[in-house]
Amino acid sequence: MRKALLATALLLVPLAASAAEGEALVDRSWPHEGFFGSYDKAALQRGFQVFEQVCASCHSAKYLAFRHLAGIGLDEAQIAAIAARYTVVDGPDDKGEMFERPARPSDYFPRPFPNEQAARAANNGALPPDLSLIVKAREGHEDYIYSLLVGFEEPPADVEVPSGQYYNRYFPGHLISMPPPLSEGMVEYADGTPATVPQMAEDVTQFLAWLSEPHLETRKAVGLKFMLFVLALTGIFYAYKRRLWAKLH
Amino acid sequence: MSGEFVKAPFKNVVLRWIDDRLPVLSWAYNELVIYPAPRNLNYWWNFGSLAGIMLVVQIVTGIVLVMHYTPHASMAFDSVEGHIMRDVNWGWLLRYLHANGASMFFALVYIHIFRGLYYGSYKAPRELLWMLGVVILVLMMATAFMGYVLPWGNMSYWAATVITNLFSAIPIFGDTIVTWLWGGFTVDNPTLQRFFSLHYLLPFVIFAVVFLHLLALHQFGSNNPLGIDLTAKDKIPFHPYYTVKDMFGLSVFLLVYGFFVFYAPNAFIEPVNFEPANPFRTPAHIVPEWYFLPFYAILRAITFDFLWIVPAKLGGVIAMFASIFVLFFLPWLDTSRVRSARFRPVYKWLFWVLVVDVLVLGYCGANPPEGWYLVAAQIATLYYFVHFLVLMPLVGKLERPLPLPTSLREPVLGAAPRPQPAE
Ligand code: HEC
Ligand code: HEM
Repeated sequence: MRKALLATALLLVPLAASAAEGEALVDRSWPHEGFFGSYDKAALQRGFQVFEQVCASCHSAKYLAFRHLAGIGLDEAQIAAIAARYTVVDGPDDKGEMFERPARPSDYFPRPFPNEQAARAANNGALPPDLSLIVKAREGHEDYIYSLLVGFEEPPADVEVPSGQYYNRYFPGHLISMPPPLSEGMVEYADGTPATVPQMAEDVTQFLAWLSEPHLETRKAVGLKFMLFVLALTGIFYAYKRRLWAKLH
Repeated sequence: MSGEFVKAPFKNVVLRWIDDRLPVLSWAYNELVIYPAPRNLNYWWNFGSLAGIMLVVQIVTGIVLVMHYTPHASMAFDSVEGHIMRDVNWGWLLRYLHANGASMFFALVYIHIFRGLYYGSYKAPRELLWMLGVVILVLMMATAFMGYVLPWGNMSYWAATVITNLFSAIPIFGDTIVTWLWGGFTVDNPTLQRFFSLHYLLPFVIFAVVFLHLLALHQFGSNNPLGIDLTAKDKIPFHPYYTVKDMFGLSVFLLVYGFFVFYAPNAFIEPVNFEPANPFRTPAHIVPEWYFLPFYAILRAITFDFLWIVPAKLGGVIAMFASIFVLFFLPWLDTSRVRSARFRPVYKWLFWVLVVDVLVLGYCGANPPEGWYLVAAQIATLYYFVHFLVLMPLVGKLERPLPLPTSLREPVLGAAPRPQPAE
């Protein structure tokens, strides 16, 4: 019954708000915001580079299959080439053995750790969350992810940072177990864009936004047609209703 | 049914042949075509048919979602977020229609209920009509709560835990009942599977009750903004007048629904629900969906033991259920014989105060029960019950209603011409 007691306590005891909730995020505008916003494909591709070369060494993205990368504007050959860089375990074969083979576009992006325990063991006990839905899973969404990535700074004098933790202005409670993941020039962008920290943060945030909401562009395009159609319908029904009812009076 | 049963005038022999043997077509003709409706209904009368359409939308999108959804604790989240939202053709649309559809459905039904409160639609002879409506509300709440658990996100999990735990407040049998509800000792796979089963079942039960609701409605016909009984000449055939008006209302509603589905589809979803269920990670704020917030506020407003015998937690649970069940008794709690608030100068104000009261409760429900939020929630809870249990019976007796008209065209009964304000 411990869970029952806990839940009851939660119900009745005032809930403590986390310390950093009030920290104002870097408020940016994103190309995919708004009624007509769409993803910046070049930024998504750069963002994928950052994700693949930096974040993926600690974070999984379990819902990302190589074939999905068509959504960031890569063609079949590019996707096949990316997949071929990875090996996956397949099987069992005719002899009942598991075997390794190069990944195919239909495979999912390999995870950095086989299980949660291994991930924690490699990260000072902290679990790097799966990034598939991270933009939707945090208050502040894109602005929060961006802020977090550029928000590593020297702690104030009165804050002691335990080893294995880092001071981040925007992380709730400020002490995060992720080392500052980005540093100037750590990625060589295929399109030659200079890889500054804000640039990489911006790009990877957009990639993660796409990963959280891959059908955003179709959604808005269908939405526009739907809204225009229904708007026309509304006008027609309104006019019809007026004419019909006018005869009553 | 308020008139004679009329046979549908079909020229087509096949239709006539069918209708002679199985008079469903004539039935539809009577209830949907020539059905006499008051000619003075305003747009607040659109919300019932809209709610009915939303029920159908929920059922249709739900049935297709089930074709792709996996009701198992280890696969549910993946099947929604990894499969339906990404790989199923138009899966994102189905899911957004269904999830936002639930919010729209509640918004429509709440407006529909407040319409009834304002125009006294619950009064004789429509008591059962109203009570069936309350039954629908209760069933909807159960359905939506269990549906919210299905994606098995972390808020799903903790909402299920908190709400099912309410039953542990029941004296003596509480814990046994909770274990029975869970199908185990925590919220887990058995809980998910039974919620799935019931979430599929209940909408069809709702459908049946809606049918009874309409049967009761057509017995005496719709109430109207004046709240008086109308004669045949103040009525018009449902079709085409109200079918067209309802189509217009529907298209306006679709603009709102479409806005959410296509441009703000996650507006009602808590970020925490994008993380899979995790028994070891309690969200900082466990909040239900917006449509439960006023009731959640009432639940948490009772922080003190009642008369030393009812512990606070049980008190909260009782208050929460009572806040819905009190609606069943409304036809008898309201002692006024005048239906429409238009002719009830005092009740009209009380109505708006109640609206504000419920909004305050909703606002408090979204915030932690501490400090001013708690005090406000307690005052608003007290007022909610005072409104129904004290003010409604008293005001009905004490208030002097304005003179009622006898029909839509005739002047006010027996009243001298009322002084008009100088313009
Ligand atoms: C060295 C391993 C490592 C790398 C590389 C890394 N992270 Fe992390 N990340 C972590 C760990 C560990 C946590 C959990 C921190 C905690 O809970 O204190 C984390 C947490 C996060 C969070 C969640 C913060 C929150 O609000 O809970 C985000 C978002 C994130 N990382 C994004 C990224 C991005 C984007 C990159 C690539 C640019 C990246 N990480 C690279 C280890 C890493
Ligand atoms: C009264 C009508 C209904 C209401 C109010 C309702 C409400 C809900 C809600 C609130 C959710 C959670 C949405 C989310 O966060 O994703 C949900 C999910 C779900 N519902 Fe319903 N529902 C209704 C009818 C149905 C029916 C008839 C079916 C099936 C026949 C169904 C199948 C599902 C499935 C499979 C899910 C999980 C997938 C998902 O999360 O989108 N629902 N429902």
